[in-house]
Amino acid sequence: MGDRFELRDVRVDGDGGALIEGFSARIPADGLTALVGPSGSGKTTVLRLLNRLDDPDGGVVLFEGRDVRSYDVLELRRRVQHVGQVPVTFPGTVADNVGVGWEELLPRVHLPVALGSRQADVLSVGEAQRMCLARALARSPECLVLDEPTSALDTTSKAEVERLVRGMADEGLTVVLVTHESRQAAELADRVVSLGPGGG
Amino acid sequence: MNDLSGRISGADVALSLVLVAVAVVVSRVRRADLEGDIVIATLRSFAQLLAVGFVLDYVFDGRGTLTPLVILVMIATATLTSGARSRRVPGARKVAAASLAVATAATLGLLLVLGIVPFAPRAAIPLGSMIISNAMNTTSLVMTRLYDDLASHRREVEARLSLGQTSTEAAGPWHRSALRSGMLVIVDNTKSVGLVALPGAMTGMLLAGSSASAAIRLQLVVMYMLLAGSAFAALVAGRLTLGRLFTADHQLIRSLRRMPS
Repeated sequence: MGDRFELRDVRVDGDGGALIEGFSARIPADGLTALVGPSGSGKTTVLRLLNRLDDPDGGVVLFEGRDVRSYDVLELRRRVQHVGQVPVTFPGTVADNVGVGWEELLPRVHLPVALGSRQADVLSVGEAQRMCLARALARSPECLVLDEPTSALDTTSKAEVERLVRGMADEGLTVVLVTHESRQAAELADRVVSLGPGGG
Repeated sequence: MNDLSGRISGADVALSLVLVAVAVVVSRVRRADLEGDIVIATLRSFAQLLAVGFVLDYVFDGRGTLTPLVILVMIATATLTSGARSRRVPGARKVAAASLAVATAATLGLLLVLGIVPFAPRAAIPLGSMIISNAMNTTSLVMTRLYDDLASHRREVEARLSLGQTSTEAAGPWHRSALRSGMLVIVDNTKSVGLVALPGAMTGMLLAGSSASAAIRLQLVVMYMLLAGSAFAALVAGRLTLGRLFTADHQLIRSLRRMPS
């Protein structure tokens, strides 16, 4: 399989200078790719380029060989689902949050179907993060980009989410995982892309 | 004659400076350190109102064609004030200008077209000024509220965008609350009118010797007019501000995107 993403000589400017500079990487379509680096190295920034929450100030980001900017941005975001560090729940029930197909999706993220009628804002952080994964899967993405999805979780929930994420990669989804834990990268990832301090 | 219409002479105004002196004495005795501000405020109000009085007398004296110009100057001044209050919104001045122009033209236009008020400078200028100052507050509130809310809820907004929502959908809850807060002041004023304080237009009519029922009829028109003006302003300011806070590609603008969360 070819590359799902390719970043070529990417630069993103911040207020006090470049957040990342001269960064190039390839992310294959298969398996789980971990994006590692110390805090402040621009991992989150790179991830935000993949679904165009942000655009680079220099260089180019390719999705399936084409500049991400050449896609309809809403369609790109549907195909490339982004899940953040802290789970974001919307007002309403878990079923409202996940949307169509929630009955099948909740078991996929190891949540009981009975949770569907529960208000989303009363879930534990671990449950909420798994609900966010289900909500992302509801859009039938080809790619999941996850920004330290376990950093807010306790040990048990963390292991659960790690297992889930690994399973999704095994089922054929392209998974990009930002982490600052080398243990997590080593255990879960098929390959690791490193960002140095100061980006690039 | 029990009314005050035409009864206040220059000497009366000079005599009323006694009231200013009371404020100065209170400030001095209680060490509020406002004496200087009170004097400046007194002088400014004197100069500003004197100038406005000359302009109004000049326009009312058979030069009604200048009415649109007077209203334009008021809109321009309000635009600068509102733009400065909301300067974190890129292009705040343009948003304010559009919002105030639409609110004034639509509200005043409706009053004139429906024949509720006559097409005369003596009606259009004071009513226009009330619409503009009220719409100015609404516009500033909507702009700053929308900016602040999107900044503090950046995570939620971007989570919505990430799921494939458009910027209008993603900002929906905060757009609604900005609109609400922009209109709420006038809605609350309309609810409590007369119970807390007698409003300005009505007070003016009463002092000028008009009957209470005539004063009330005018005040009702004024309140309903301000409701419509506020609604038009909130609608336009909300829509245009949203356009300034997102890119065409449904991304938050950089100043909002790069704020520490």
